[in-house]
Order: sequence, then C-alpha cells, then structure tokens
Amino acid sequence: MEATQATPVKYDMEVVKWFTIAAAIYAVVGTLLGVYIASELAWPFLNFDLEWITFGRLRPLHTNAVIFAFGGCALMATGFYMVQRTGATKLWSNGLAWFTFWGWNLIIVLAVVTLPLGLTSGKEYAELEWPIDILIAVVWLSFGLNHIMTVAIRKTSHIYVSNWFTMGMIVMITYLHVVNSMAIPVSLTNSFSIYSGVQDAMIQWWWGHNAVGFYLTGGFLGIMYYFVPKQVGRPVFSYRLSVLHFWALTFGYVWLGAHHLQYTALPDWTGSLGAAVSLAMIIPSWGGAMNGMMTLSGAWDRLRTDYILRFLVVALAFYAMSTFEGPVMSIKTVNALSHYTDWTVGHVHSGALGWMAMVAYGAMYHMIKKLWGVEKMYSESLVNVHFWLATIGTVVYVVAMWVSGIMQGLMWRDYDEYGTLTYTFVESVSAMHPYYAMRAIGGLIFHIGTLIALYNIVMTVSTAKSVRGTNAVPANA
Amino acid sequence: MSDHDKIYSTKFQDKIERSTLLMFVLTAFAVAIGGIVEIVPLFYLPNTAMASKDGTYNNTQHKDNSGNVIPMDKIIWNPATSAHKTLADWQPGDGVRPYTALETAGRNVYIREGCFLCHSQMIRPFRDEKDRYGHYSIAEESMYDHTYQWGSKRTGPDLARLAGKYSDEWHRRHLKYPREVVQESVMPNYFWLENKPVDVAETVQTLTVMTMMPFNPVPKDIYTDEYIAGAAAQLEGKTDMDALIAYLQSLGNHVKFEEGVNYRD
Repeated sequence: MEATQATPVKYDMEVVKWFTIAAAIYAVVGTLLGVYIASELAWPFLNFDLEWITFGRLRPLHTNAVIFAFGGCALMATGFYMVQRTGATKLWSNGLAWFTFWGWNLIIVLAVVTLPLGLTSGKEYAELEWPIDILIAVVWLSFGLNHIMTVAIRKTSHIYVSNWFTMGMIVMITYLHVVNSMAIPVSLTNSFSIYSGVQDAMIQWWWGHNAVGFYLTGGFLGIMYYFVPKQVGRPVFSYRLSVLHFWALTFGYVWLGAHHLQYTALPDWTGSLGAAVSLAMIIPSWGGAMNGMMTLSGAWDRLRTDYILRFLVVALAFYAMSTFEGPVMSIKTVNALSHYTDWTVGHVHSGALGWMAMVAYGAMYHMIKKLWGVEKMYSESLVNVHFWLATIGTVVYVVAMWVSGIMQGLMWRDYDEYGTLTYTFVESVSAMHPYYAMRAIGGLIFHIGTLIALYNIVMTVSTAKSVRGTNAVPANA
Repeated sequence: MSDHDKIYSTKFQDKIERSTLLMFVLTAFAVAIGGIVEIVPLFYLPNTAMASKDGTYNNTQHKDNSGNVIPMDKIIWNPATSAHKTLADWQPGDGVRPYTALETAGRNVYIREGCFLCHSQMIRPFRDEKDRYGHYSIAEESMYDHTYQWGSKRTGPDLARLAGKYSDEWHRRHLKYPREVVQESVMPNYFWLENKPVDVAETVQTLTVMTMMPFNPVPKDIYTDEYIAGAAAQLEGKTDMDALIAYLQSLGNHVKFEEGVNYRD
C-alpha cells in the first residue's frame, strides 16, 4: 500500500501532530460534558439554576464537542497522515493545512462560547448559527481541497481505499452542510431554516443520518482500512470486498435518513424507502467489518500482546453490532417502540463510543509512535487500562440505554384491563432514574479512559522530545 | 512494486482508482442520488403541506370515509374565506395559522433553551399516543415552523397538543420550579425566564423574515404590514416566561379534526 522509493519523502507531519493532540484533548472535554449532562438527567439539581449549563444548552455542546471537535480532529489528523503516506507525497499545501487546523479550532472555540449562551439554530447536530456555518464551510473545503489535491499529486499509481472513503466524506458533508444550513438570518446570532415542517424534517435527517454515515462511519472506515493492516502488518483481507464496501455504502447510505421519521407526518413511502435501504446496508457494512476482522487472520495471537490492535478489533465488533442494530431499529414495527426512547441514544453511543472513539484511539496510538519516532508509548500497560475502561464504559452505557429505552417504549404503550393507559408519563420518567445513573457511571468510566490516554500521550510526546534533546548534545563520556 | 499494472478488479474500477478526477466525479454523483430521490418530491407531491403556486397544496386531498374531500381552508386558515379575518380574531379550529408576535417570541425561547431535545412535537398514529396526547399530528400543522420542532426524543412528554391542557398559571409554576408541581420531573428550573424581557427587535424581525421564506412563507395577508408594525406594542412589558407560555398554549388546537378522515393521504 505504500510505494517504496529511492529517496524518502519528507512528509508534512507537524500539522498531523497538532491535530492528534487536539483530538486527545477534545475527547476528554467532550466526554466530560457527556457525563455531566447525563448526570443532570439523573440528578436535576446539577443544573444549578444557571441558564448556561442547563441540559438544553449543554447537550448541543456535548454533541458538537465529540462529533466535530474530537471526531473532526481525529479525521483530519488521520486524513492528512494517510493521504501523504499512501501517496508517498507531501501535502499539496502545508500552509492550507495549518489554516484548516486553526480555522477548525476557532470554530470549536466559537461553539463553546455561543451554545451555552443559547445561540442555536435549533437543528439537531447542526446547532451552530449561520456565521459559524459559513466558517465551517470554508474550513471544511480547505481540508477537502488539500486532501483531494494531495491525492492528485500522489506518486503511486492507484488511490488507496482509505482515501476513497475520505473523499466520499468530503463531498457528502459539503452537500449536507450547505443544503441543511440554508437559513435566513434575523440577526448575527439568530436565523431560521428556509424549509419548514415535513421538508425541513427530511432535510435535517438526511443531514443527521449522513453525518453519521459519511463522517462518523465513512471517514472512520478510511481510518480502519489504513490502520488495521498497518498495525497487523498484513494487507487488507480482500481488496474486492473493500471495493464493494465503498461503492455500496457511498451509494446506499444516503437513503437512510428517512428512517428517523417513521410514522411522523412525513409521507409513508419516504420512511419505508429509508428502512428498506437500511436493511440492505447490513450486507456491505458486515462485509466491511469482516474485511477488517479477517485482516487479522493468521495473526490473532497478536491480540494478546498488542493493545492498540485490541482497540481496532473491538471497534470493528461494535461497528458490526451497530450496523445490525440500526437497520433493525429502522423497521417500522421496531421503530414504533424504539423511536423517542433512550434506545436511540444507546444505539448512537454504541457507534460513537464503541466504534468511532475506539478506532480513533487505535489510530492515534499508532500514529503517535510513528510521528514522534518512539518504539513504545510512555506506558503500554496504560494503553491496556484505557482499552478496558473504554470497553467496559461503553458496554455499561449501552446496556443501561437498552433497558431504559425498551422499558420506556413498553410503559408508554401499556394498557390495563379496563382499557386505559397503565402508566402516566411521569411514571416512566421516574422508572428511568436507575438507568440514567447507570448511564452516567458508564460514561464516567469511558471518560476516565480518555484522561488516562491524554496523560499517556502527553508523557510519550514529552519523553520523545527529551530523548531527541539528549541525542543532540554530544555525550561527555 | 511491479504489480502496479495488474488489474485486481475490473477495468473500470481500475481506471477510477488511477484517476483522482474520475473518483471525485463518480463519488459526487453516487452520493447525490438518494437525497434527490427522497427530498425533491416532498416539494411537489401532495400531503407534504407545501403551498404550491396554483394556490393549492400540490393537490393535497384529505378525504372522509365516504370519499368527500375536506376543503383545505378547513385545515389551513385562510383569512379570505374564514369568518375570522385577522390573527386577533382567529379561533381554535379555524385552521393552521402562523404564530402571533408573542408566540413567536416564545418559540424563539423554546428553540434557544433546546426544549426540542427532550420534548417532541409529533404525535404518531397509535392508540396509546391518541389516548395520551391526542389526534396524530399532520403535515399542515408544522407548515409555518421554519426550523421544525418535531424533536427526536421524549425525555419529557410530547407537546404537540399542549394548548389548553393546563392553565397559564400551571405552566408558570411548572416552568419556574418543575419539581414543585411534578415531583419526579427531571426538567431544569426556568424561574429566571421571568426576569428576562422579550427581545422586541428580534421578534419583530423574525415575523418579517417568516414572510420572506422561499418555501411556505407566512402570507402577507396574515402578517400584514399593520400587524408587523403593531407587534412591538403587543410585546410591551412581556417577559420570556409570558412569551413561552403563550407559545405552549398555541400548540395543537388549530385544526378541528373530524372522525373518519384520513389526514395523511
């Protein structure tokens, strides 16, 4: 997958380093926010009567922090890393990459300022107001242009599969962001969607599900296709399967958004079409998961000693599980129960924590060793501790949400022998309390893992520097 | 790397993988299709509450059991044909209308505080939802909701038919300190909304913007120039709390639903 050449290429890796460190920091912040808002639902006094930290204002900050700050920095770090190494070339423009870095971080800072102030467009996962939306478009295109142009100037004959996925993400996120963010401003800090009702709902979930499909799935599949083979030291199990995986997802994922709107005022055909394609997506998704897993065939023993590989493999297991669960939830009869409940929240987190964060950390650990030229992380056993905290935290979280979600769904629809509703709504709220507490604990376990990772990364980086510093000084003896 | 000329898949796939431009164009094409198929028809097909140029709603026809078509101005308020000609005269059951100035201010509060993250406004056509919340929601009811508020999660109950269920005073007490009214509630206290005066300029500008929308704008014969000019006076001395309560009391009582009518086909 990497061309060998007579003179080694001097890559532009400084910006990759910064994106990697930023990702590690934002993971800590994003999951901390998640733990906090989860705790607010379990113990509402935590809102502390401060408008800026109420659940309604912090929740968008949590989602933006994990998706766009942590996820975005991880995607851009790996994107710039992979595109250079698979193409045996420097970045098309190192300067533009730095613009992307500072621009993206400026967006994150603006999100941290505006969202707690209640400046929101009111669209789930696209809450940032219009001036920031414009900035996102500019910075995203700077990343996209740089990535695609670096692909274009590659020294290798073929474009590596990871870069297909990244390219798909770049194009689709551009479409989605532009169409979904169309709004008429009322002031610098407020605007309203040009669409309303049914059309706005469909466009919103076309955005919402494809942000999952192309950013959190496609982008991270690109990571998987590079870092799993690299970490195992074997080529991808099946090249043909990766071709199928890519084109089926690229064409098919786009259709899924409508399954978020089953039984709503959206016309029936749209939701059914979304659900039908969702079911079909099990095949390429599992094909892709198997492709990653089978890359390990003949090297399974490595899991005993290689903690980074554990992250990548468990991530694939969660990917397979989530891409089965999702289509099941899109079936109308299941959706009738699961929609509006915590089951959806659990599903999202099995993807976000189990798949996206795990594969990102696998890639980050792998990259850090290469970027700073160290043989080992500062502490390999802390990588293992992080792995177990991440896995256990995710499982606790997801199980809590399964139970609470299904319970909510069943309580809401339950009738007693006289033909009246058995439970008032608030009875379902109080029944959720133990699961909301359990969810907060699961999230906390995961969050502690991110703290350990940050510590380990910082120590690795600073030791690496001191090693280099020592070498620069001639030894006395 | 001598195997770079060997083709492992098909000639076409191999060609794509060698060309950045071809890869880009084909990907850009493949990802566009699903969205176009699912979204574009919603602007042209009936039953999506999209006002079309011919003055109908893309020929939306809601029929009762005997096949009689319910006139659309029974569902969507039309000042020209209604007995009630202005927003001030409008009565529940006259049909879907846009929000008054005070309700608009309240809706801005609703969005600002992220209420939609825990409360849906979309009732599904199930027996339990009918018993708990009321008649299922129809497309027309959110046609003026620029930035729709259907929500996706019910940490709290659905609010689509909240109008008139509780008194203003109940809402005030509940919004201020939810647990004083409903012990098990996990909603934050919003007593501080009473200390915030309504943002008059922003609300008036919101009304103006709603008439400028490319899709389903508020008709000028509803948000008349006089109405917008008089909006500031209506908002005089009102707080965010008053506005939010006005908004909540406007949800879901617009249409008078008849038995045996299919409002979704």
